Amino acid sequence: MEWLTDFWQIYGNLVLTIGINALLALSIWLTLSCGLLAMANAAFMGIGAYTASVLTMSAGVPFAVALAGGIVAPAIVALLIGGPTLRLSGVYLAMATLGFGEVVRVLILNAESVTGGALGLNGIPQLTQGWHVVAALVGTLLILWRLRRSRIGRAFEAIKEDAVAASLMGIGVMSHKMLAFALGAAIAGLAGALNAHLTFFIGPSEFGFDRGVDILTMTILGGTSGLTGPVLGALIITVLPELLRGLKDFRTMTNGAILVLIVLFLPKGLWDPLRIRHWFRRETR
Amino acid sequence: MLKLDQVSKRFGGLTVLQDVSFAVPVGTVFGLIGPNGAGKTTVFNLITGLLAPSGGGIEFEGRSLVGVKPHQITRRGLGRTFQNIRIFRDMTLIENVVVGMHAKLDYGVPSLLFALPDFRAQERRARERAFELLSWVGLSAKAGDIADNLSYGDQRKLELARALATGPKLLLLDEPVAGMNTAEKVELMAQIAQIARREYTIFMIEHDMRFVMGLCERIAVLNFGRIIAEGKPDEIKTNPDVIEAYLGRDDTDTDAVAGLRGQA
Repeated sequence: MEWLTDFWQIYGNLVLTIGINALLALSIWLTLSCGLLAMANAAFMGIGAYTASVLTMSAGVPFAVALAGGIVAPAIVALLIGGPTLRLSGVYLAMATLGFGEVVRVLILNAESVTGGALGLNGIPQLTQGWHVVAALVGTLLILWRLRRSRIGRAFEAIKEDAVAASLMGIGVMSHKMLAFALGAAIAGLAGALNAHLTFFIGPSEFGFDRGVDILTMTILGGTSGLTGPVLGALIITVLPELLRGLKDFRTMTNGAILVLIVLFLPKGLWDPLRIRHWFRRETR
Repeated sequence: MLKLDQVSKRFGGLTVLQDVSFAVPVGTVFGLIGPNGAGKTTVFNLITGLLAPSGGGIEFEGRSLVGVKPHQITRRGLGRTFQNIRIFRDMTLIENVVVGMHAKLDYGVPSLLFALPDFRAQERRARERAFELLSWVGLSAKAGDIADNLSYGDQRKLELARALATGPKLLLLDEPVAGMNTAEKVELMAQIAQIARREYTIFMIEHDMRFVMGLCERIAVLNFGRIIAEGKPDEIKTNPDVIEAYLGRDDTDTDAVAGLRGQA
């Protein structure tokens, strides 16, 4: 048992970061599964992180209430901006949501009295425990898994394949897009709230463009065909830089090269059930 | 059942439909024919809410459809297929059809999250019904296949089954046999006749004259955005305006003219 304690001492934070990144990857997977390339998840994560942190630090509410605030606040914002932006599709939606992300970042930067501005929030109580992250991830996976197997999941997939045909199947396209967007925002907000109470510092630069691209990379790399892909992608993107530590100066370069190679040779992501089945069939022959 | 009253549609300065009026009575098989580019598919797009009319009124069972969203029009009992097939290609056949039953499933969020008996019963019924609809068009043996792997003719049939899944009272078919070979056409004709006997009202656009004359009880003819004739197949076949409209064109419509003459 001693080695486990040692392992947790050294890598505990890394393991929890994997879990939080998996939540983020799932949040963008949800919107992608509805055919929406929305890039606002970093901003929603930020809104969740700041809301929860301000609630625990200034209002002194219990952690559970702070987490709830971190989930609800970004979902409400998503519902507000979803109306005008979700009419856009493809890269236009990506641009609009990136713009929104930038607005959020600048707002956080300038609302100094609440958010601490560029200095960020310091000394957030370290309330996130291992089981919180595990419970959040398992709960999210369960909900998404059930959703996928229901009329709502089928509606998302139909909208992704052909929104016009979906509307003529009696599916309310706009309301389902809103649902995917707001649920994605809620998951990202939860991840942000958990992360803030793990690292005890948050600043506006954490929730910018880079983070948005990171989140998208995890999901695309893992594969978007199911729930396994985003979790796998989060695992790799989080662990890979640690494994490459020995390479010192060549670390980030190697990291990038590996990602490029994976995307080049496995365009549908690492977890692609069709391809894996295909491999097995070839072996048995 | 469906009534179009002086419907017009303009795209900018281009008038595509002008004062189009006709009515589809309950329980009939109604056909809309006309040369290429006459505006037939535009009529369907106006009825199903994908386009808004520039003028005139569209009524379904006495209620106006103008300004109503496409998914709400579907829920009122209008199902349609497309000329350029729009199935969900990455889904299996059965999933395609079950998507059509979206509005018929009304389990709540708790039943969905915890797979309560209500959820399971409704999902099972939907699958059984989807299977039955696939059997109507002769595709039940392929229920688990990915839709993209189907032949062209089978994709059209799948679209028909999917449209039936929305529980339509009126079924709009946009060129159901386009691109099919003769054997497939004959088969589909029998299947549509069968569906019509199950108390569905059918309104179809079609180029294939043998198909239209064989199935439809009433036919309207659209040419350059205007209705030039309406009546029983026999009246249409002998109508001089209709013959002129078809003879005025060559290339793609020569088949149609030959068919028209063959019937007359």
